[in-house]
Amino acid sequence: MAIVERHARARNRAAALQDRAPTVVDFRGVCKTYPSGGLGLEQATFAIERGEFVFLVGQTGSGKSTIMRLLIKEHEPSSGTISVAGKDLSAIEGKGVALYRRNLGVVFQDFKLLPNRTVYDNVAYALQVTGHKRKEIRAKVPDILRLMGLSLKLHSYPDQLSGGEQQRVAVARAFVNHPPLLLADEPTGNLDPETSIGIMQLLYRINRTGTTVIVATHDNAMVDRMRRRVIEVNQGRIVRDEHGGGYSTQDENTSEFGLLMRGEPSPQPRRLSSPGDFFDDAFKD
Amino acid sequence: MGFFIKEAVRSVQRNSVPSFAATASILVTVLVLGIFIPITQATTGAANEVRDKVLVNVYLKADTKPADRARVAALLREDTKYVGKVEFVSKEAAYREQKKDYPEYYSELLGSNPLPDTFRVTPDSPDNALKLRDALAPATASGERATVDPAIDTVKNRKDDTSNILFITRVVKYAMALLAALLVLASVLLISNTIRLSLFARRREVEVMKLVGATDWFIRWPFVIEGVMLGALGGVFAVLVLTVGKIAFVDPLVADFALLRAPETMQFGVLALLLLGASVAVSAMGSGLSLRRFLKV
Repeated sequence: MAIVERHARARNRAAALQDRAPTVVDFRGVCKTYPSGGLGLEQATFAIERGEFVFLVGQTGSGKSTIMRLLIKEHEPSSGTISVAGKDLSAIEGKGVALYRRNLGVVFQDFKLLPNRTVYDNVAYALQVTGHKRKEIRAKVPDILRLMGLSLKLHSYPDQLSGGEQQRVAVARAFVNHPPLLLADEPTGNLDPETSIGIMQLLYRINRTGTTVIVATHDNAMVDRMRRRVIEVNQGRIVRDEHGGGYSTQDENTSEFGLLMRGEPSPQPRRLSSPGDFFDDAFKD
Repeated sequence: MGFFIKEAVRSVQRNSVPSFAATASILVTVLVLGIFIPITQATTGAANEVRDKVLVNVYLKADTKPADRARVAALLREDTKYVGKVEFVSKEAAYREQKKDYPEYYSELLGSNPLPDTFRVTPDSPDNALKLRDALAPATASGERATVDPAIDTVKNRKDDTSNILFITRVVKYAMALLAALLVLASVLLISNTIRLSLFARRREVEVMKLVGATDWFIRWPFVIEGVMLGALGGVFAVLVLTVGKIAFVDPLVADFALLRAPETMQFGVLALLLLGASVAVSAMGSGLSLRRFLKV
């Protein structure tokens, strides 16, 4: 008996060590099929370490947003496990969902600001939700808005701001709680290239403070310029995972693009031979 | 708590048009209910009053002695089912009564009294009038009626009238109850629909709040408080209008119309409180429950 017990204890210790490993997001064989029959995600397996800046790229409908929705627990996976900071998301229920979301910063393509609150109140709401004292809120909110370059717009309503400014407010709201993980779903999708750079700068600066940042985007210029880790999703499958990668693997030249326009079949993204193996090997104990 | 109240006030200010619509619909329905409830009660009261007039008359034979009378009275009071109240009307009392009502006929009788001694028996419940009659004068095989006591001549309750009264008053009561139930249902649906519409316009707001990590009740409380405020506002206005209407129109008429001072109508204060409470409860619960759909994010 003693041997069995000791063995179990040793195994527990090993497991605990793995929990302490700096993995923030861990997808293992995650599938998602929507009730309508649509395929969201198929056997997605990847891990994101603490402090990483990751681009999630792919066409619309490829599964980027599904990954985001699974992470904010708007949807449940059909199979597989997702853990964030070592916690299995399927174990979080009821009030726990709200508490879990407070540890996430989320930025959306359509900003999702509260339309009848001022910039100040929008950011303050994220703090009120967590039960911060009014004094703290008064100290923190103007600070973070200054950081985002919005100190002159404190008492404007969202519809009085430009798109870039609204997105800055959204980023401020996402970051005001200093979450360990920040998700951005197409944060620059509605913005012009110049403004996009400003938003990406903010996200990058947030990343530099130690926050893990995941950005879903099809802003290829931005991905190519920043050369961060890139996870490419196509038709629900992870087809590429590369550090310092570009938006797409092959740069199509003008004649290739011309072929595409004339209706020739589009070049398929190169696939990993077996998308799961790489990470499963990494986590073998 | 202060935060929730402030949020509710802010949302009323920022969404003044839907708030006004909700208040107005509460006001109108409470007004209609406030008028209809007393009418229902007065009608039911009037119907009950008519039903209480259903009597069974037990006529005694012309030559009864006081001992026979006492025996029949005891029989009625103690040994018969369905008896509510027994009232003895002697032939002299009946004569006086009739003479007062129809003096022109009774002056021609020249002092002779053709009326019998009578027991006026009120059944314990108007619906039992016919059963009481059957108990006092069971039908025999030949189709005639034999009385239970030799001193009793006939037992009458004007069968057709009684069953007509019973039937019509029952129809009136049920119809009023049905109408009242429908009206209450319509009010609840109307108010909850108005609330749902105003919530629907703000469902994105709720979604955002959930994504920021607000718990369900953190989002719900301001909405419930808002519902309480709007419900109270609509209710208070409706009660004010009702009070003015009562003082201006109903009170002067009470002297002339018996229906209006029907004793079964509830006190105005009780009615006002009831309406106020109902409007607040429906509106608060309406916002709280309607929100549930949008909280599933």
